[in-house]
Amino acid sequence: MRKILTGLLIAGVLAGCSGAPTKEQDGARVEDRIPSAVAAPDQKTGPADPGATSKPLGTGKVAGDPLKDPGSILSKRSIYFDYDSNLVKDEFKPIVAAHARYLSVNRSVRTRVEGNTDERGSREYNLALGQRRADAVKQMMQLLGASAGQIETVSFGEEKPRAQDSDEKAWTENRRADIRYQGE
Amino acid sequence: MNSRTKTKLFRTLWLLAMLALPGAARAALTIEIIGSGANQVPVAIVPFRAEDGLAQKITPVVAADLTRSGLFKMVDSGGVVPVPYEPGEVDYAIWRARGAEAIVIGSVSPLPDGRYDIRFRLMDVVKQTQLAGFAYAAAASQLRLTAHKIADVIYEKLTGDVGVFATRITYIVKRGSRYELQVADADGFNPQTVLASNEPIISPAWSPDGTRLAYVSFEGKKPVVYVQSLITGGRQAVANFPGSNSAPAWSPDGRRLAVVLTKDGGSQIYLINADGSGTPTRLTSSSAIDTEPNFSPDGQLLLFTSDRGGSPQIYGMSVTGGETRRLTFDGSYNVSPRFSPDGKSFAFIQRNGGRFNVAVQDFATRQVQVLTDGSIDESPSFAPNGRMIVYASGVRGRGILAAVSSDGRVKQRFTENAGDVREPAWGPLVKH
Repeated sequence: MRKILTGLLIAGVLAGCSGAPTKEQDGARVEDRIPSAVAAPDQKTGPADPGATSKPLGTGKVAGDPLKDPGSILSKRSIYFDYDSNLVKDEFKPIVAAHARYLSVNRSVRTRVEGNTDERGSREYNLALGQRRADAVKQMMQLLGASAGQIETVSFGEEKPRAQDSDEKAWTENRRADIRYQGE
Repeated sequence: MNSRTKTKLFRTLWLLAMLALPGAARAALTIEIIGSGANQVPVAIVPFRAEDGLAQKITPVVAADLTRSGLFKMVDSGGVVPVPYEPGEVDYAIWRARGAEAIVIGSVSPLPDGRYDIRFRLMDVVKQTQLAGFAYAAAASQLRLTAHKIADVIYEKLTGDVGVFATRITYIVKRGSRYELQVADADGFNPQTVLASNEPIISPAWSPDGTRLAYVSFEGKKPVVYVQSLITGGRQAVANFPGSNSAPAWSPDGRRLAVVLTKDGGSQIYLINADGSGTPTRLTSSSAIDTEPNFSPDGQLLLFTSDRGGSPQIYGMSVTGGETRRLTFDGSYNVSPRFSPDGKSFAFIQRNGGRFNVAVQDFATRQVQVLTDGSIDESPSFAPNGRMIVYASGVRGRGILAAVSSDGRVKQRFTENAGDVREPAWGPLVKH
């Protein structure tokens, strides 16, 4: 594990150096938070979700990355949920299925599913609700061929809203799970 | 204290901003008082001899503390000649005529080492006897703290409860995209940032001895529980397992933390050592959400929030395991339980319609009293004497801190100059 982390740190530093300057001083540290992720050379592009606050590590766009190809379903990363629900609705199942397929073919790739909620209610309870949403996506991915070790689920609860307003439109946008690959 | 006047009028007093002197400690949080106790003790506080020469006068801070509690009425102390500083100089007839039941007198004199000798006496105006008298040696930087301690003595003598003016609070301020974990005096003065981050910080919790804070930081792109020393500033990740780590609650002996981990799937409650050593002990085993643990004062019981019954409700269980007991039944959303310091009741957040409010439930009678009327009230935290509950309140899209007495009568609002304030926790009584 230590070796992997060290390797990741180096990879992270390299990515930080080769790409555009990162906003944060410790761009390299971002990467080592995804446990045992193995750096894939073709994943060093900017964030897919401008509203999310994940720190970009580099911008070296590589042609042919299906995760970044706007024509590929893999470029879709957000699964939306109803109020107080962790049910993956039919309209989002193809997205989850595509990522599950991608993971099952690319066994060295690691992903993280981040659960989010709207702002109503207890912060800690919302953290748990967001976790449940992320877990629901992971469970579906596993059923479709991804392995559990490829997916870490975490929650941001109500703490990192993509939409900042306090209305139904913003709440709908924020009840969400995002699929992120290493380096994003 | 039989002749306490009944005050039914709602009053709005803007206090501390006016009392702050140039060069004295600044308040980031200004406290506005809305409502007051049913019975207010009329007290006259006479300016101490030679306190005018101090960078921070003592008696205005004492008066502000007592007024803020809602349990005292300040009696005008001006225009009395000669001004009394010693018991023998008090003309009780004057103070009886002004309606005072107690009078505070005192003096300040410089010590050879640069500190100040501050003496005060609390006199019973009716019986003409001394209720309390103390002397303090304080450096210039300790003048406010000394004033809070004097207010604590007066509060305790006149109400029978322990005073909490010399305690501290912690809370999170969000300024733009920046998060600051701050610690301030209970009156909002002397705010100090103990952690600043570009990622969210939530759920700060005081160690029982007041020297450490546990909190959840997202700086590692996921929730991780840290413990930070307020003495050295040093900190340590004590729960950083795969998945999410959150909701730290201290055991009363300060050696362990109840936390919520998702490493085994789902949000479940575990016990860990406060220094991060060893392996977590799992306390709950449900397929539901179990979160927001809180220890009873004797360390034997835990309250927590669970949706095992279909909606989030508050449950109790023994720390050693065994059966859980559902405690809340009114409504479909009851969360964030906190034991009262005497263990006889708990505060929590109840949703009523679309509103979230602070409520208190008595363990013995199961009676629930809703104490607040904001639209989004969150994160209740008892003062260590159990008389007040500080909480976060959403006002016009911005968060402020507010406090309410546990009988619902006294309300205070802490207003911050800039930023969004949330997640308050009232610190313990500490020996200074």
